[in-house]
Amino acid sequence: MILIAERINGMFKDVKQAIQEKDRKVIQDLAKKQTDAGASYLDVNVGTAAADQEGTMQWLVETIQRGCSTPLCLDSQKPNVIAAGLKVINAENGVLLNSTPLNKKTDEEVLDKYIEMANQAGPKAGIIALAMDKNGVPQDTDTRVAIAADIVTKAQDVGFEAQRLFIDPIVLPVKVPNAQVQPGNILSAMDQIRFLSDPPPHITVGLSNISQGATERSLINRLFLAMAMSHGLDSAIADVLDEDLMNVVATSDMLMNKQIYSDSFLKVYKTMNK
Amino acid sequence: MPLPEVADSFTGQVNRITLGAAKAEGGSRTKTVTVGGAKNVVYGGSFDDAGEKPVIAMDVLDSKPQDWPDALAEQYKNVFDSPGDWAKKCVQEFGADLICIKFDGIHPDRQNKDAAHAVKVTEQVLAAVGVPLILWGCGNDEKDNAVMPKVSGAAKGEKCLLGTIKQDNYKSLTAIALADRHLLIAEAPLDINIAKQINILASDMGFPLERIVMFQATGALGYGVEYAYSIQERQRLAALTGDKMMAMPVICDVGYESWRAKEAKLADAPGWGPAENRGPMWEAATAICLLQAGADIIRMRHPKAVETVRMFISGIWSQAPNSESGVDN
Repeated sequence: MILIAERINGMFKDVKQAIQEKDRKVIQDLAKKQTDAGASYLDVNVGTAAADQEGTMQWLVETIQRGCSTPLCLDSQKPNVIAAGLKVINAENGVLLNSTPLNKKTDEEVLDKYIEMANQAGPKAGIIALAMDKNGVPQDTDTRVAIAADIVTKAQDVGFEAQRLFIDPIVLPVKVPNAQVQPGNILSAMDQIRFLSDPPPHITVGLSNISQGATERSLINRLFLAMAMSHGLDSAIADVLDEDLMNVVATSDMLMNKQIYSDSFLKVYKTMNK
Repeated sequence: MPLPEVADSFTGQVNRITLGAAKAEGGSRTKTVTVGGAKNVVYGGSFDDAGEKPVIAMDVLDSKPQDWPDALAEQYKNVFDSPGDWAKKCVQEFGADLICIKFDGIHPDRQNKDAAHAVKVTEQVLAAVGVPLILWGCGNDEKDNAVMPKVSGAAKGEKCLLGTIKQDNYKSLTAIALADRHLLIAEAPLDINIAKQINILASDMGFPLERIVMFQATGALGYGVEYAYSIQERQRLAALTGDKMMAMPVICDVGYESWRAKEAKLADAPGWGPAENRGPMWEAATAICLLQAGADIIRMRHPKAVETVRMFISGIWSQAPNSESGVDN
């Protein structure tokens, strides 16, 4: 399971404050804690913490990489912010660009731009592509799959390997009115996305979205994670500091025969995932 | 019609381990041996992925064996009472890459010899040959815990392969191997889950995973080789897909297991062909089978079998770019 740790995000109060006060230690502690917890990547999102998003992204990247070699996942809807992060990053161990839709009303070529940026960042750089297009977030299974297929085809056309492509079928908060059909739709979409190419693209989700505004958030997150893993999910942007969640990841991997069972399977998972 | 490309590629790799310490590293070995490093299954992928050539460790017993069949005993009868000469013969005449001292004689149900005896044997063999050593206890936990730490101390700093640790008896040998700078053999009884657990237990004691070799137990041809094969295959695939707790090189005990088979040891069986050929064939067939599952170190006994297996190894690994680096002179 490729876990992208979500905590370095300017939407969180402590991170926002650290950005505003230029307090590197808070960021570096989060980087270390999430790495120790088993993160494969650290998501880096400026959020609403500063007006200068490009400069803040660079400050975050430099701050994290001073004491930590875990690959980063640069998270912004603005290509220029990601590009700014890429200017100062050490992408030797890989980097993910998070994220691009298939296309936008304002930018038909946005996916190509992300692929181009990833190619420039090096052979281990990947992108997260959202199963949405200029018409917005699809509500049904078929449209999700059709958009994902277009993304995969486009990547293939330009020689971008499927292993570097992460498709996000877009998880919506279950509490939103009429959204309760969406978890089922997403699982059906995953069933098809994993057969779009051989080898298949990775499938990832912004997991915590599903429980946005709900009670029992951790329970909802981890149960949906287990369900999604059995439908081909092999990556998630998630709270790796949630130990119950990590135990679910370890157990699901073991039950699906992706990790050989040992009596210490929970304990070793974190080391294994690094 | 062109052949379809079916080779898989993997992200993981078997650990590369060097046995034996030369003078510069605080030991006295004139040769070191490096094993592991495979990035694919045997025959899979390109030659760049093949890793180091597998190596042959020949058994030297600490005491004269009491139950070896004639076809085997004949080869060593002049050196049974001198482990140093025995080891020298294996290296000089039969080209052993490693010597495995098997301390059968200390077993309480056999000759029940003491630590002083075991230490003396270790010193003799260390003095007699320059290849790295494997120091393998008798299998009785209590006796091994009493004797093997002394054996370890006698070879301190030589980077020997010391064994075996098991799920319910690993602490004292792990501690002493750490202190004396040896490598460890982690043993599991044909059980992949225990095999993984024992690595975790040793690692929890601070023993580096990169210094462990796995012994999954071995079955000879006709006596469970298929179990050993499938477990090794599964372990290798886990290693190649990034399971760090399973990324160790593997050792097999082919000599002992093959010569337990009645087809190998029975002298009086005219319908089966001459006994002097049958045993070596049984041993070689078992070894070659396990090499294809990815075994890195093969413990063997009969020189004819050793010769056959060496030919196989050099045939299969001859095109690998590092085919000469398995054994450093």
